[in-house]
Amino acid sequence: MIAQASSSFTRFSWRRVGAMVLRYFYLLRGSWPRILELAYWPTVSMVIWGFITQFLAGNSSVVAQAGGIFLGAVLLWDVLFRGNLGLSLSFMEEMWSRNLGHLSVSPLRPGELLAALVVMSFLRTLIGILPAALLAIPFFGYSVFELGLPLLAFFTLLMMSGWAIGMAVSALVLRFGLGAESLAWVLVFAIAPISGIYYPIDVMPGWVQMIAWAMPPAHVFEGMRSIMFGSGVRYDLLLSAAALVVVYVALAATFFLYVFHVARRRGLLLNMGE
Amino acid sequence: MSHPAIHVANLERRFGDVLAVHDVSFTVPTGVTYGLLGGNGAGKTTTISMLLGLLLPTAGRIQMLGEDMLVNRHRVLPRVNFSSPYVDLPHRLTVGENLTVYAHLYGIRHVRDRIASLARDLDIHDLMKRLAGKLSAGQKTRVALAKALLNEPELLLLDEPTASLDPDTADWVRGYFQNYQCQTGATILMASHNMSEVERLCEHVMMMKTGEIVDEGAPQELIQRYGRQNLEEVFLDIARRPHAAVEAAQ
Repeated sequence: MIAQASSSFTRFSWRRVGAMVLRYFYLLRGSWPRILELAYWPTVSMVIWGFITQFLAGNSSVVAQAGGIFLGAVLLWDVLFRGNLGLSLSFMEEMWSRNLGHLSVSPLRPGELLAALVVMSFLRTLIGILPAALLAIPFFGYSVFELGLPLLAFFTLLMMSGWAIGMAVSALVLRFGLGAESLAWVLVFAIAPISGIYYPIDVMPGWVQMIAWAMPPAHVFEGMRSIMFGSGVRYDLLLSAAALVVVYVALAATFFLYVFHVARRRGLLLNMGE
Repeated sequence: MSHPAIHVANLERRFGDVLAVHDVSFTVPTGVTYGLLGGNGAGKTTTISMLLGLLLPTAGRIQMLGEDMLVNRHRVLPRVNFSSPYVDLPHRLTVGENLTVYAHLYGIRHVRDRIASLARDLDIHDLMKRLAGKLSAGQKTRVALAKALLNEPELLLLDEPTASLDPDTADWVRGYFQNYQCQTGATILMASHNMSEVERLCEHVMMMKTGEIVDEGAPQELIQRYGRQNLEEVFLDIARRPHAAVEAAQ
């Protein structure tokens, strides 16, 4: 018998998830500029904010109190940004290569495709962020790893926030075609000003604060500042961020799977591509 | 209990005001090659897309290999495969990488052996390290065929399998389908508007026009019924004369 028993096709399969991860790995492996690009932008951001921090260190009491606050912020923001791009660009790769038709008639289920996109987002984020985080240590004497265990929580929460945006973007691109691909950049930057990346949430007008607190990144960046200013770990912020992330990821995944169904109803899977 | 390979009842697909497929019903027994013939816009690709689940029907039922495709699609897909020159494999992956990914998706047990065997059969051994996007039309067709045969499908759906191929390659591909069908007892349903191909390969032909099956039968039977020399003339009769099928039946 050439294939596995048919019962293995009726449930979620990590083997099929692995097959898709392999597909994206082949793609990355085949193009060193792609790998370089993953690490390039986070490193450039880190260098720019590193110099800004050095410049401000002697002139700002805030920066003097919490050295590396901008570097920590920019690295963590990149986790969210890369989490989103890692997922949505991998999905768009299927559309650019007109491969969704083949995938949709294979045993791969939309949920398995989504799981593979999440795994790839994680890997691409690591490839992108780790070099920048490590280079910040010799370049600017700042180690984001000094945040300790909460860093793991911040990383996870921000990456999952990126997944939620990436899933929504992928769903919209599936629904409206590649003309909507710029949403991968537009959506994530739309929430940047109200995420409190470089400034506290309470500097914003009251109604903007309400919107900001409804999204996980605000809780994460406030939590980061709390640690860096020596106020300790704010577990309340971590918990509220975690609760919000779960809700957003669940909503985004449901939206993605729903749009896949809509795509089959409308025949969108037949006409994908450049 | 033996099921037909495909059973379609009252299939309908509407795109806004356009009725692309209307009240299509047919049954394909196991182990045969059936053809779906028609001009551009006749509804062949739409019908095949609905069979595969790429497109949901507006109305009607589809059973494949004994399963309801609208409910148990994922039970059937591992036993089915599909090839079309209009659906590409990822261009930036090599042929070998593409086949490896799909072999894993189809749950193939001995991936390397299976790919090596297909590479030998389809003479694509030298292409394994080439990017899929750099292949000629004929090479792409052979690679697409390898992908379509990875899981040794019980049911193979082909959408214009020899479109844009030179006569020599097209002939080779047709021969391959015939061998595959003889060796495995698989069922093949092909949509085509290449009459000689259909005449050579298919035991039974369904003629589609404006989204409906207007006539069907064995190629020779149709040729006799319409009083023509070959299937191409039958096709032209049906395409150009509004009531050709009714007249032929009388």
